Amino acid sequence: MDQPNIISVQGLCNSFGEQVIHQDLNLEVRRGEILGVVGGSGTGKSVLMRSIIGLQEPVAGKIRVFDEGMIRKEEDEATDVRRRWGVLFQGGALFSTLTVAENVQVPLREFYPDFSKALLDEIAHYKIYLSGLPADAAHKFPSELSGGMRKRAGLARALAIDPELLFLDEPTAGLDPIGAANFDNLTRDLKETLGLTVFLITHDLDTLYAICDRVAVIADKKVIAVGAIEELLAIDHPWINEYFGGPRGRAARRGHDRHNNPQPQLHQPGRS
Amino acid sequence: MANAAEFLQEDLTDGGQILRLSGSFTIALIGDVDGRLRALSANVQKIDLSAVEHMDTVGAWLVHRTAKESGAKIVGAGKDASRLLQAVSGADQTDIPPRPHPPSFERFLAEVGHSVIISFTTLLQFLGFVGQVVKASFILAMNPGRFRWHAVVQHFDMVGVRALGIIGLMSFLIGIVIAQQGAVQLRQFGAEVFTINLIGRLTFRELGILMTAIMVAGRSGSAFAAQIGTMKITEEIDAMRTIGVVPAEALVVPRVIAAVMMMPLLGVYASLMAIIGGGILCWVVLEIPPATFVQRLREVTPMTDFWIGMIKAPVFGAIIAMAGCFQGMQVHGNAEQVGLKTTAAVVQAIFLVIVLDAFFAIFFSEIGWN
Ligand SMILES: Nc1ncnc2c1ncn2[C@@H]1O[C@H](COP(=O)(O)OP(=O)(O)OP(=O)(O)O)[C@@H](O)[C@H]1O
Ligand SMILES: [Mg+2]
Repeated sequence: MDQPNIISVQGLCNSFGEQVIHQDLNLEVRRGEILGVVGGSGTGKSVLMRSIIGLQEPVAGKIRVFDEGMIRKEEDEATDVRRRWGVLFQGGALFSTLTVAENVQVPLREFYPDFSKALLDEIAHYKIYLSGLPADAAHKFPSELSGGMRKRAGLARALAIDPELLFLDEPTAGLDPIGAANFDNLTRDLKETLGLTVFLITHDLDTLYAICDRVAVIADKKVIAVGAIEELLAIDHPWINEYFGGPRGRAARRGHDRHNNPQPQLHQPGRS
Repeated sequence: MANAAEFLQEDLTDGGQILRLSGSFTIALIGDVDGRLRALSANVQKIDLSAVEHMDTVGAWLVHRTAKESGAKIVGAGKDASRLLQAVSGADQTDIPPRPHPPSFERFLAEVGHSVIISFTTLLQFLGFVGQVVKASFILAMNPGRFRWHAVVQHFDMVGVRALGIIGLMSFLIGIVIAQQGAVQLRQFGAEVFTINLIGRLTFRELGILMTAIMVAGRSGSAFAAQIGTMKITEEIDAMRTIGVVPAEALVVPRVIAAVMMMPLLGVYASLMAIIGGGILCWVVLEIPPATFVQRLREVTPMTDFWIGMIKAPVFGAIIAMAGCFQGMQVHGNAEQVGLKTTAAVVQAIFLVIVLDAFFAIFFSEIGWN
């Protein structure tokens, strides 16, 4: 029950026809951590997530989630694992014919058919609140929401069954900065109170600095490095240098440092 | 293994009760506790969480709701539990407005009114759509450089070439059925030979074209609606507009042209297949040899029958393609709409084709093309 690694990926190979996406990729996600996954566009982050959750049959390799092999599983075999995780897809993937509240209730109804209608409504209500959506969004259809609202609705659905493991594919892309910061706080709170493990694909450097315990870098079809950001900064790889050392990387770092070590002597009120 | 959620009621010395919660207050182990907490009628003063092993947001919500409804105080909450309670309690400040649910009679009237309005606006929009397509065709005729030959050829393939198998088979079988039924009925009068008249006149003039039109509506009209409807949902059509591409030119005109050009060809092909089917039956059952069959066919089938078919076919093709594209353009919102509009496209196309066919039948006999 208490294996240290919630997800372990060994020797994963993925390809689409001629195009090889992953070659001998290894990755481990520990219990209770937020693992950030970064990499350039098209390096195969989403494909990695799809492989882990069993939507993409890899060419080779071993994948274990909650100590269960995930490859070549029949649809019905994986339900025990599926009720322990929540997934937010990059495009939201909301059910377009259902309202937001109904979307949130789908996994609940599926996994917990005994819940009363009243309880389902209440759960949907507070999940929608937690994900930061206004209450009147509950009865709207996905096509009536803005892009950022769809993201939040997707998150509410991913959180519906209080999962132990959360997969988030670019959750803060398309959110306003305040919303993105709230989202970071929410993710961290959930991790700390519920002991959630989070697999977080992101391009948002602020998110990485703010909440990730470790960061995995995907490049050259592999995970080239995993570690805390300080450890990654010490690695000499052109992509890592450019990513964290570029103007945005430096800005995020400064923001993070300022937040953690405030230096009031520089801007003392009433001095000028 | 964690224990299921459970609670006990104990009386307090100063009246009222204390709820002692124990076990795992998590979604998987909540069991019937929700129902029992709801049914609780005692005067609860305190809720004691000190024996709770685990809690998640669902458990926190139950505790919070019970506390709120009975006005009880929560005691013995650990750090994590307090945070969860804090988090879910925020939902109280927002209220989801209930969905409006008018009485059923009112809803019925509203729905009737709504459908009437929809029918009229759809009719107007369809006329507008036809106008747009005509305008786009003129613009394209003036600037042939903007014409999308590639798309048209692709639709020739989809509408025409790929339909050959199924339309051929269907027509062949229909030819056999007509011949067989004709033979059985006419034999009673000793007039089997008129079976050939029946086949020749019916296929070229009516059935060949009509059955082809129904098949094309089912195959291609529905495909047009679904393709365009999906593009509507994924905002591809909006993207086209912003780039300066006119959807009517890029999407509708090539499809209409393909259908208009393919329908007559498919119609002739279908008629021929039906005649072959009928001919084979005549040969096998009535022992009319093929040479005699063809000769007789040429004697009894006037050329006008062929022309009638050829005049009707492109009109039907245009109607099918326009109905498909129009319904596709009407899609708003979600995946269900694509299905609804695709069905509507097929139903509308077949209905219009049959109505027009009746008009044509009267028209051609009035002008003496019997
Ligand atoms: N269904 C598919 N068929 C063919 N190729 C695919 C498919 N899905 C993804 N790919 C290819 O796999 C590669 C990785 O795609 P993936 O979606 O994982 O990128 P990503 O790292 O998530 O990028 P982004 O940051 O832009 O989301 C891309 O080159 C893409 O072209
Ligand atoms: Mg991606």
